[in-house]
Amino acid sequence: MFFLKDVKYKSILDIKNLHIMKNKITCIVGESGSGKTTLLKLLNKMLSPDEGKIFYNGRSIRDMNSIELRRKVVMLSQVPLIFSGSIRDNLLMGLKFSEKPLVSDTILYNILEIVNLHKDLEETADKLSGGEKQRLSLGRILLIDPDVYLLDEPSSSLDEDTEEVIIEKLVSHTKSANKTLVMVTHSKRIAKTFADNIIEIKQGKIVI
Amino acid sequence: MNSIINLGLWQIAAAYIFVIILLFIVKIKGIPREKEILISSIRMTLQLILTGYILLYIFDNSHPLYTILIIVIMEVFAIYNVFKRVKLDLSMNIKKIIALSMASGTILSVLYFILVVINLSPWYEPRYFIPLTGMLIGNSMTGISLGVSRLVDGIHKEKHLIESALMLGATPKMATKEIVDKAFDSAILPTINSMVGMGIVFLPGMMTGQILSGASPITAIEYQIAIMLGILGSVSLTSAIFVQLGYKTFFNEDSQLILEEESN
Ligand SMILES: Nc1ncnc2c1ncn2[C@@H]1O[C@H](COP(=O)(O)OP(=O)(O)O)[C@@H](O)[C@H]1O
Ligand SMILES: [Mg+2]
Repeated sequence: MFFLKDVKYKSILDIKNLHIMKNKITCIVGESGSGKTTLLKLLNKMLSPDEGKIFYNGRSIRDMNSIELRRKVVMLSQVPLIFSGSIRDNLLMGLKFSEKPLVSDTILYNILEIVNLHKDLEETADKLSGGEKQRLSLGRILLIDPDVYLLDEPSSSLDEDTEEVIIEKLVSHTKSANKTLVMVTHSKRIAKTFADNIIEIKQGKIVI
Repeated sequence: MNSIINLGLWQIAAAYIFVIILLFIVKIKGIPREKEILISSIRMTLQLILTGYILLYIFDNSHPLYTILIIVIMEVFAIYNVFKRVKLDLSMNIKKIIALSMASGTILSVLYFILVVINLSPWYEPRYFIPLTGMLIGNSMTGISLGVSRLVDGIHKEKHLIESALMLGATPKMATKEIVDKAFDSAILPTINSMVGMGIVFLPGMMTGQILSGASPITAIEYQIAIMLGILGSVSLTSAIFVQLGYKTFFNEDSQLILEEESN
């Protein structure tokens, strides 16, 4: 799905060769500051490499329109983004941004079920706890239904039990829908349990 | 009817007593502002005397080139004033957009105002053209300054929100919509508010001047209404052009947010 060749970004990342498999779960692990977030941002053209090439489905992403790419390769940022308004507004915001048709409340409740957020759609999103906000923003990108999910520490503010449950559901959802999942995680345990491939980054270089 | 009192030298000099009173007050209170008060009083006096004689000359020797020259000078001053008023670092690109929106917004409004609303002939008649343009430019300058501050500040403060929106597939326009709308709103708000108090809370400077120099209050009001609407149009147009183009300077052709201080 992705292939990176001699990619350099400032002095932060230096990647000789990297394949990311289609329809697989890839986990990226590494110490904080090693360049994990930067790598994800290169994949959806939030950043452009100074050198080297990145291919998506065999096409160099340099020649692709950024907005179109980001609508197929959606990224969930490390810090959850919550807009003012209700939970419903927040879920639908992703569809509005990616210009997809809006959906019924039934579908929205299904999504909330997947991310284990048992709340009313009318509730003000601002009042949710950190973990709940993170689950809401996860639900928002599931709704966009892209080809590739780039998740930057999607469970960092969840407790271990919830984390396990959410990731489990997320993985089975993406597997059954034949999606590609690239997930940065601080937990080696999560990576070992769920990943088809593990990429470890140390100071901007791939070590495995 | 013709009972306009021309102020004599001594009468004007007597008005400076207010400056002396102010100097006295700050001296007693120990507020270190004497220098600024003196300099601004002297500047005000000299600038107005100079302007008075320049206008006198231009009124007597009316020529389209003079009118255009004065407008250009006013525009340039106004644009630099915007740069100075906005207490934020501005990129070269956004400065260009500010200049472009000021120039195009005010000139379009002025032309409409002069040619359609008052139907001036000849169009460059300096007695009308210069003060009217000055008022439109001055007010647009205030409006756009507020809009620029709000836009630049908003984009820096909401950096993470904008980036997250981009990651969800938003175009730069969608990602900054709220900030752009707020910037436009804060640019036009002072003008809207000033219309509310007009004539009750204060008599606008132009109207006061006209009445003092002998015009009928009704004539003065007619002009004041027209000029107020002209100002509204010019401020809106200038600010609309600015926000429409301004937000784009924060994105590159790959729709990536680019902020100056990326050196951390
Ligand atoms: N915009 C930026 N400009 C320069 N350096 C940055 C920028 N963003 C992050 N960095 C630096 O790049 C390195 C990698 O950051 P990041 O990819 O966020 O790491 P991780 O996600 O693995 O914690 C860090 O040393 C960080 O300080
Ligand atoms: Mg990170």
